[in-house]
Amino acid sequence: MKEFMLIFRSVSRAANFSPEEMQAHMQKWFAWVEDLRKKEIYSSGAPLMKGGKMVKGPEALVTDGPFAESKEVIGGFFIIKAENYDAAIAISKDCPDLPLDGCVEVREVMKM
Amino acid sequence: MIGGHTSSPQKIVDHLFRHEAGKMIAVLSRIFGMHNLALAEDVVQEAFLKAMQTWTFERIPDNPAAWLMQVARNKAIDVIRRQHNFQHCSKEIAQQLQHEAENTVEQYFSANEIADSQLRMIFACCHPLLNEEDQVALTLKTISGFSTAEIGRALLTNEATVQKRLYRAKNFIKENNVQLEIPAGNQLQPRLDMVYTVLYLLFNEGYNSLKADELIRKDLCMEAMRLCLLLTERNATPQPAAFALLSLMCLQSSRFSSRLDENNCIILLEQQERSKWDTELMDMGYYYLNLSSKGNMLTVYHIESAIAAEHCMAASFEETNWQRILKLYDLLLLHKQVPAVILNRAVVLSQLHQTTAAIKEIMQIENIQKLLQTQYIYNAVLGDLFFKNSDADNAEKYLTAAYKLTSSTSEKKLIADKLTAVYNG
Repeated sequence: MKEFMLIFRSVSRAANFSPEEMQAHMQKWFAWVEDLRKKEIYSSGAPLMKGGKMVKGPEALVTDGPFAESKEVIGGFFIIKAENYDAAIAISKDCPDLPLDGCVEVREVMKM
Repeated sequence: MIGGHTSSPQKIVDHLFRHEAGKMIAVLSRIFGMHNLALAEDVVQEAFLKAMQTWTFERIPDNPAAWLMQVARNKAIDVIRRQHNFQHCSKEIAQQLQHEAENTVEQYFSANEIADSQLRMIFACCHPLLNEEDQVALTLKTISGFSTAEIGRALLTNEATVQKRLYRAKNFIKENNVQLEIPAGNQLQPRLDMVYTVLYLLFNEGYNSLKADELIRKDLCMEAMRLCLLLTERNATPQPAAFALLSLMCLQSSRFSSRLDENNCIILLEQQERSKWDTELMDMGYYYLNLSSKGNMLTVYHIESAIAAEHCMAASFEETNWQRILKLYDLLLLHKQVPAVILNRAVVLSQLHQTTAAIKEIMQIENIQKLLQTQYIYNAVLGDLFFKNSDADNAEKYLTAAYKLTSSTSEKKLIADKLTAVYNG
């Protein structure tokens, strides 16, 4: 079984939701995480603070990013267990942010 | 980082965000000033975003409401700290002023003060110089945490119209420097009457409009009841009228679910399954009606609630005490001489086998011709009464008019069934 990192840095429409809609949306996330836990797919995860910096090149150029203007709603990452990329992608497709223009970055964790 | 520990599915109580939004906005507006309502709204939105982020990846706190309030409180203190309004005093004094301000902010977040702030907000939203539809929109937005889209759905209007109303209301508040306060002395009573009117309107929007979807209509009724309950719980406002209004809402909503069948068709009072009426709500209704009788104040809410109670207490439609209901309508007419009351009274007359008199009463309503041209209900009732009186021609005439005037499919269905009965003689 391989491990994958799912990184959520959605500029999701949920930022403009009404309180009622936000609660409903959050409930979808709870259900998703719960489901992954039950199936023992979910290993760990953590939220990430808003913003973030990029340090780049020999000059160590510091910029805001990668989403400077980011209105991240659910920013964070999961480590999940999956057979292969296809399986990891299939899991990511259930991310509740996708219908709201959200995005999931899927990266395999290299086993040392 | 958390591991793969299992927990029971995470769930928070229904409408938590919506209800907490109202509370947070009320407290924050009291801190920032009513003219900074937009700032308060932003802070609330940020608190929710933070909750979404944190609760999803970690866990729901033991007391989600308190967690949200804490975030709002911290943000409020941040805003206060960023102000540099103490330029013309020594550092020592500035620190002291700052300290005092923070203490006051802290106090505003106590349970008692939160409720008080909400009450003040209700009074502000029901400002007498705002027109009714603006009052309702503002109340739903700031106190009940509805979005413009949700308000539009609830009030059967579009989002742009709601936005216009909110803009108008918020502008008025800014320009007239409306404060979050409980009106003092002889200003309290008229303002309370205004609040009752708005809550009554809110409730009726939910209870009567058959076009909006059931869920949002129920929400509106619950919201009106929640705010009315808040009124009765505060020291400044526990009044017979508030108890009477709350009682009326409880009694009416006890029948909420039995009024429509599974196909969304209307079930008339006569055919409703009384066992489906919510006895808990009925008991609450009687309880508050009882409380409302303390003192010597008699309002329309008292009378309307007494009428609703008569219906609730009748074991069957046939056993309804129409005589007593008629007396109550007579009394109501003295306080509220409006076409809708005359119409309802006429229906009661007909139950007492005075259908001819009932028709006459309706026909004598001022501007009845205009009402018949625009409102389906007057036609529907008249058609019904003529049918009862075996006047098929008139029954058909008015029922057809009613059919054309309503856009609700369930109402159309009901009228169509009656027309069939007329044709079948």
